[in-house]
Amino acid sequence: MTADLLAILARTISGANGRWVGCVPDTRQRIYFANHTSNLDALVLWAVLPPEVRLLTRPVAARDYWAAGRLRRHLAEKMLHAILIERKKPTAHDNPIGQIVEAMGETGSIIIFPEGGRFSGPDPMPFKSGLYHLAQKRPVVELVPVLMDNLNRILPKGEVLPVPLLGSVTFGTPIQLLDGESKPAFLERAWRDLVKLRDL
Amino acid sequence: MKLKLDNETFWLVGGVLAVLAVATVLGRFLRARVRDDRGVKTVQNLNARIKAWWMMVAVFGLAMLTGGIGSVILFGLTSFMALREFITLTPTKPSDHRTLFWVFFVITPLQYWLVATGWYGLFAIMIPVYAFLFVPLRSVISGDCDRFLERTAKIQWGLMVCVYCVSHAPAMFLLTIPGYEGQNGKLLFFFVLVVQISDVLQYVWGKTLGRHRIAPHVSPNKTWEGFFGGVATATLIGAGLWWATPFTPLQSAGMSLAITLMGFGGGLVMSAIKRDRGVKDYGAVIEGHGGVMDRIDSICFAAPVCFHLTRYFFT
Repeated sequence: MTADLLAILARTISGANGRWVGCVPDTRQRIYFANHTSNLDALVLWAVLPPEVRLLTRPVAARDYWAAGRLRRHLAEKMLHAILIERKKPTAHDNPIGQIVEAMGETGSIIIFPEGGRFSGPDPMPFKSGLYHLAQKRPVVELVPVLMDNLNRILPKGEVLPVPLLGSVTFGTPIQLLDGESKPAFLERAWRDLVKLRDL
Repeated sequence: MKLKLDNETFWLVGGVLAVLAVATVLGRFLRARVRDDRGVKTVQNLNARIKAWWMMVAVFGLAMLTGGIGSVILFGLTSFMALREFITLTPTKPSDHRTLFWVFFVITPLQYWLVATGWYGLFAIMIPVYAFLFVPLRSVISGDCDRFLERTAKIQWGLMVCVYCVSHAPAMFLLTIPGYEGQNGKLLFFFVLVVQISDVLQYVWGKTLGRHRIAPHVSPNKTWEGFFGGVATATLIGAGLWWATPFTPLQSAGMSLAITLMGFGGGLVMSAIKRDRGVKDYGAVIEGHGGVMDRIDSICFAAPVCFHLTRYFFT
């Protein structure tokens, strides 16, 4: 209930509705990978999913940001059910990929930002290898590129108060890791599929 | 701000509802009859417009029935949404963020508060003088000189067009017209009706007879035939509504002509801005929000002129 309200609030502030151009909303297991320019990204992407999909989908977020402060922690843990990962220095004991795969289970979907941080350049940064390792571990899961547009103007890095501009969230055509595809080739292809969505 | 509900209001509202009812029936009829692809598209567009019109009339009627204050709130929200679209469409930089926060959450509500409280003196100069000076001051504090004049000008333009100009429509409640006290709601209704009917008639004349484009690069749908047909018929309709206004039939025709010409100009200028920014961007960003700016572009330009003509000649 409160999660639904939060979703409505997030959609109102961001002015964003999901544009499903490459696929339709579905409860099947998916990995949504998106560009990352604003702290609103995880919340808004989660909010534009239909309620039944939203229930199954958890954002993967950096613990150092989302566990700081009680409000953020509450939002991340109780509302978004975020999978909080260590991005500073992954060790053998605290390996984010294993943690994410375990959290997904057989039915859960996740939202990840494969750039590994927030960047507001004209193009997204090259993807880190996490997306490739996830695709390798769960080869049957659909990987959906998602373009987040204009959200960094609503809440730029370092600002607290949002300005009510209109953002958009575009869902592209799902991809999968091909047989024998190399890591750089796959990451490059995923990146291109995401950037392509700007022209739609 | 008191509004009398008299017979004339009843006829105005009733007339609009009747026209809409006829249009709806016609739309249904056309949908069943038209077969070819282009025709189907046009009829779909027509029916969507009619549906949107029902919504607008319902909202506007409700705002009118609450007296002036409902209209102030309605136009205030409209300004807010229009500004939201305008700034979304206009590139600003992260260093403008705090300026924009002021623009949306302080200056815009303040302008409509001035209308609601009837403080004409400040209403008339708050944005052209104080906001004009405040916007660059707030931006300069962020220390970013890159494209400074361009960024400032865009924010100021958005404020003038989306907030200042539009706020002149509900400000018609502020006019004290001898012999017309308490009836200003009808003036506002007359104004909105003439502006919108002119848009519709230009569209209709253009679709049926339009051959010669006025400005093919700016707005390919605007034709001379649509322009003359729409302006002439809307002016005639406006003249025929003189009984609801403080004007004589001839004055009412003159006012309607001024309103329709300004409305046409507004539509053209806002088209140029959209084109400049690339229509594609606009559609992508606001899909599902249905462009408030597209509906009110003509009001932006016509409202201040109608307000001041009435103020100068009739108060």
